[in-house]
Amino acid sequence: MREESRFIDKLKTYIVYAGPTTFVFFTVIILPFLFGIYLTFTSYDGISNSHNLVGFANYIEAFKDTKFLASFLLTLKYVLYTVVFTNVIAFLFAYILTSGMKGQNFFRAGFFTPNLIGGIILGFIWQFIFSKLLVYIGNNFNIPIFSTSWLADPVRAFWTLVIVSVWQNSGYMMVIYIAGFMNVPKDLLEAANIDGANAWRRMVNVIIPMMIPSITICLFLTLQRGFMVYDVNLALTKGGPFKSTELISMYVYNQAFLSQKYGVGQAQAFVLFLVVALVSVIQVYFSKKMEVEA
Amino acid sequence: MMKKKGSITSIIKFLFLGIFFLAYMVPFIFVLINSFKSKKEILLNPMALPSKINFTNFLTAFNKMDYVHGFTNSLIITVFSVLLIVVLSSMTAYILVRKKWKFNQAIFFVMVASMIIPFQAIMIPLVRIYGSIGMLNSKWALIYMYIGFGTSLAVFMFHGFIKSIPLELEEAAMIDGAKGMQLFYLIVFPLLKPIAMTIAILDVLWIWNDFLLPSLVLIAPEQRTLPLSTFYFYGTYTADYGLSMAGLILTIIPVIIIYLILQKYIINGVLQGSIK
Repeated sequence: MREESRFIDKLKTYIVYAGPTTFVFFTVIILPFLFGIYLTFTSYDGISNSHNLVGFANYIEAFKDTKFLASFLLTLKYVLYTVVFTNVIAFLFAYILTSGMKGQNFFRAGFFTPNLIGGIILGFIWQFIFSKLLVYIGNNFNIPIFSTSWLADPVRAFWTLVIVSVWQNSGYMMVIYIAGFMNVPKDLLEAANIDGANAWRRMVNVIIPMMIPSITICLFLTLQRGFMVYDVNLALTKGGPFKSTELISMYVYNQAFLSQKYGVGQAQAFVLFLVVALVSVIQVYFSKKMEVEA
Repeated sequence: MMKKKGSITSIIKFLFLGIFFLAYMVPFIFVLINSFKSKKEILLNPMALPSKINFTNFLTAFNKMDYVHGFTNSLIITVFSVLLIVVLSSMTAYILVRKKWKFNQAIFFVMVASMIIPFQAIMIPLVRIYGSIGMLNSKWALIYMYIGFGTSLAVFMFHGFIKSIPLELEEAAMIDGAKGMQLFYLIVFPLLKPIAMTIAILDVLWIWNDFLLPSLVLIAPEQRTLPLSTFYFYGTYTADYGLSMAGLILTIIPVIIIYLILQKYIINGVLQGSIK
């Protein structure tokens, strides 16, 4: 490519190659993002066209909203459990499925399957399982824990969300961990073997340090997905029973599109953004610090 | 002695995986079994096999959920969005890598940084802006938005890949008389095939299954994508268990068929996508 020296030539080249993308990107992401920040300082209700600046009133109302805080706490709890369980299970799957056992491709393909299907459909599938199949099993085989639907009980309904999310995401993370395991240098493991390290020591002192990049990615992805979950929440529990399982995405959605509280809803969405950004940056920072060279 | 110990651990491993595998597959199996049954049969025993193979549920579900429309809409939206994301983002990444202008570095930084913004932080103003200019309720508006949401990750991945392509190739082609766009489409783009495949697979999985964005943008029933029509169908016929199960199976089938054919590429795509 010849070197453009004049500004107008540079601009032409840029517009030809990157113009469309830049325009779409700014109108779909950046503009709504900035407009969203502006909205949080207005009294916009979705109907009247005039809206007044109200300062930090929406943020004050957002934090006075006890249901919002409850939903936020529930989401934090949900994120904690799903991140831990998803990663532990995915890690174990990947560990076993890279040890050269028969049929490993079959298992890999099976565990990955839920990732091909939308959260809405996965949620409906499990709704049937929890409210019909397990209740039938509970009543006919005398297993009291299943004899009433888990979806009708606030605490158990929360756990159905965790179970379904772990089931949905662990196959995806497994694939990433498998890549990590395959990148652990064989000579390093052999050297540890010769030095008399047992399986546990090899895991803690060799494999896990070499796996930090994979762990970083999986933690990042599970955190993001956890905070943003909506589809499964909607299809499986619809936030119920009695609004007890409304995670933050659903809460913000209802606040804006059902209660027409756009200003407050957007303020709460912006708080969500700040929390997700902060948690992700901290997590990536610490994971990067732990990375080692082979 | 050593050998025996090894075989015991491998049996334990196999059992562990086997039990989990069964648990992972059971939901699908029961949905499939019950999709052939009538409501009465399901209430009687949701675990029993169907007394006869009966496709009535499937036919009814196919018509009631307007499957043809849903499928066609999903297909059009996914194909156009993914093609445009791949073509436009690769050109963008190319110019961002090859021209080290300050402006380019700034744009790249903004794109990468924007990846941390959760969709929920944009959805309310997005609907407000595009609603006020009358751009909602059209699949082309939805495709436009998918390009916007897909660009940053695609540019980021192409960027990493193009950096590793030696400049000498393009210089040699330039001596042979290729210039401008020719250079990109004849020399660089063919080399991008592996990463373009990865991006396409990740984006197909995302767009085909996406629910929240289309539910906000597409309002008219005949515009609905497959996840949307499944959602409304299931909402209406939840109590008619056999019928709703058949609806779910109908939505799952195309994905499973594609998966059986392209399994290797899909898993590999996810793998490559995570490393970049």
